[in-house]
Amino acid sequence: MSAGNTRILHERIRIGFMPLLDAAVPVIAARAGFARRQGLEIELVRETSWANVRDRLAIGHFDAAHLLAPLPIAAAFGLTPYDVPLLAPMVLASGGNAITVARHVWEAMKAAEPQVVANDPVSTGRALKGAIEARKARGEPPLAFVVVHPFSSHNYELRYWLAAAGIDPERDVAIAILPPPYMGDALAAGRIDGFCVGDPWNSRAARQGHGAVILTKPAIWPRSPDKVLAVRSDWAEANRDVLRKLLIALLESARWCADPQNREILVSIMADESVLGVEPEDVLAALSGRMPLADGERLVPGMLEFEAGGANRMRPADARFYAGQMQRWGQVELPDDTEARLARIFATDALEEAASALGISFDTSADPTEAQLFDRIPR
Amino acid sequence: MPREAAPSDPQDLAILVIDEDEIRASIIEEGLREAGHQRVAVLADMRNLLARIEALAPDVIVIDLANPNRDLVEHLSHVSRAVSRPVAMFVDQSDAGVMEAAISAGVSAYVVDGLRKDRVKAILDMAVARFQAYSHLREELESTRRALEDRKLIDRAKAILMKLRGLGEEEAYHLMRRTAMRENRRMGEIARSIVSTANLITGDEE
Repeated sequence: MSAGNTRILHERIRIGFMPLLDAAVPVIAARAGFARRQGLEIELVRETSWANVRDRLAIGHFDAAHLLAPLPIAAAFGLTPYDVPLLAPMVLASGGNAITVARHVWEAMKAAEPQVVANDPVSTGRALKGAIEARKARGEPPLAFVVVHPFSSHNYELRYWLAAAGIDPERDVAIAILPPPYMGDALAAGRIDGFCVGDPWNSRAARQGHGAVILTKPAIWPRSPDKVLAVRSDWAEANRDVLRKLLIALLESARWCADPQNREILVSIMADESVLGVEPEDVLAALSGRMPLADGERLVPGMLEFEAGGANRMRPADARFYAGQMQRWGQVELPDDTEARLARIFATDALEEAASALGISFDTSADPTEAQLFDRIPR
Repeated sequence: MPREAAPSDPQDLAILVIDEDEIRASIIEEGLREAGHQRVAVLADMRNLLARIEALAPDVIVIDLANPNRDLVEHLSHVSRAVSRPVAMFVDQSDAGVMEAAISAGVSAYVVDGLRKDRVKAILDMAVARFQAYSHLREELESTRRALEDRKLIDRAKAILMKLRGLGEEEAYHLMRRTAMRENRRMGEIARSIVSTANLITGDEE
């Protein structure tokens, strides 16, 4: 955070990331030469927890980070340990998550709702509610779900879907936190009954046989911003040119990642031990959109998007939705100037400047007035 | 450990050390006991962590940063309203250096609401110092181990070169050193390639 630090960092940028498929854009920017073309050297640092990413960004170990989209909001509302304002100028990935339950839960859902279709938020919601009521009648304990972090899209989308199905996330189920790499084992061992997490962890649990993928994020909230690039606001001020170059590199990387022609290389880079360390087929599912759903493999349009339709820009309605969910679940009491704060966190001028250098422009006229959740879209 | 009334002196704080590195955990535990803390628990096995933390009801949690369960510990303050004693990460806003030192050393601390700063800072300072000492020690051990391993590999590679290329001991050594300098690699790495290539060709397993 000191002035001495920032001067050195004009050439080298250190980016912290979590081993998830949606870290592809910064990973590829560093590995495929997009950063170097802008005169930047990206050093990628793989982290073990979002808390580490957040802390090391705040104290200046990282110049930028792959971060959960709601985390910069939490930071602005004083819900994180440091009083360091963050700027999140770019959405790195949209979608990418899914809800997976143990096989026995899927069986109970089918028993309660024989017509249940995986990846339909309404029918899976009804089936789960039926299964939960049957458990209650038998006097069994509430189903235990885990998500990756309190301030994560995973936490909010799981709760949103449960609540929409008439299931109280606070009383009818138990929701705890578990790091993604542990989720599959915990499900297999019967310590938890389900989770909401980014891929490859859903596909992996399905392939290993103990998980049933019942719902994907695009089915709950199409084109939802999931991870952002975050920097400290003061760093962005002091390093405008570096930030612009970084955003150009990331936009080019996003375009590369989204191109199906590059998928094979993308799969091999992301599956590698130095990034995710999983089987290539676990990575391929979300990248190709062919998800191993509970009732069979199907194409899920928009499963994981890196750039489609201007997805790199945070739309104000989506930021508002996240803030609204934080209040809904008792994490924060939103102040009157929430809208202005969100506009500062997700300011898009730097992104727009970088995009214009690439001939990309964002169409804001089609922005929805509220986030497009499944039960708000006219059917 | 049943909870009693609020402790009246630092020695009564219930402290939980979460660290999969059992040696380091015991070094921290020892430091805490030396500082007069009697109620120290260590968790090195991460299974069912949340339930065990709740059962221990610690006032202070010291956790290593390599541990993915930091996000889980933070949950104690956010998601579950059922937790009666919310914890927060220990941050001394008046002293930014404290956190920087802790994060750099690879450790952080969580405290229950309302605990006085100065009581916790001493615990974190001790943990930071011991984490640093431990990582220096481990680096030294690692470099000693590597040096030993390299020496063994270099001897084997030398013998292979002498046999296959009919070189003298001195010549074989210099050939490897020149190669290492030219390719900007360590002697040990060059030796390892020679040994594994030779094993591949002769069919010997490592």
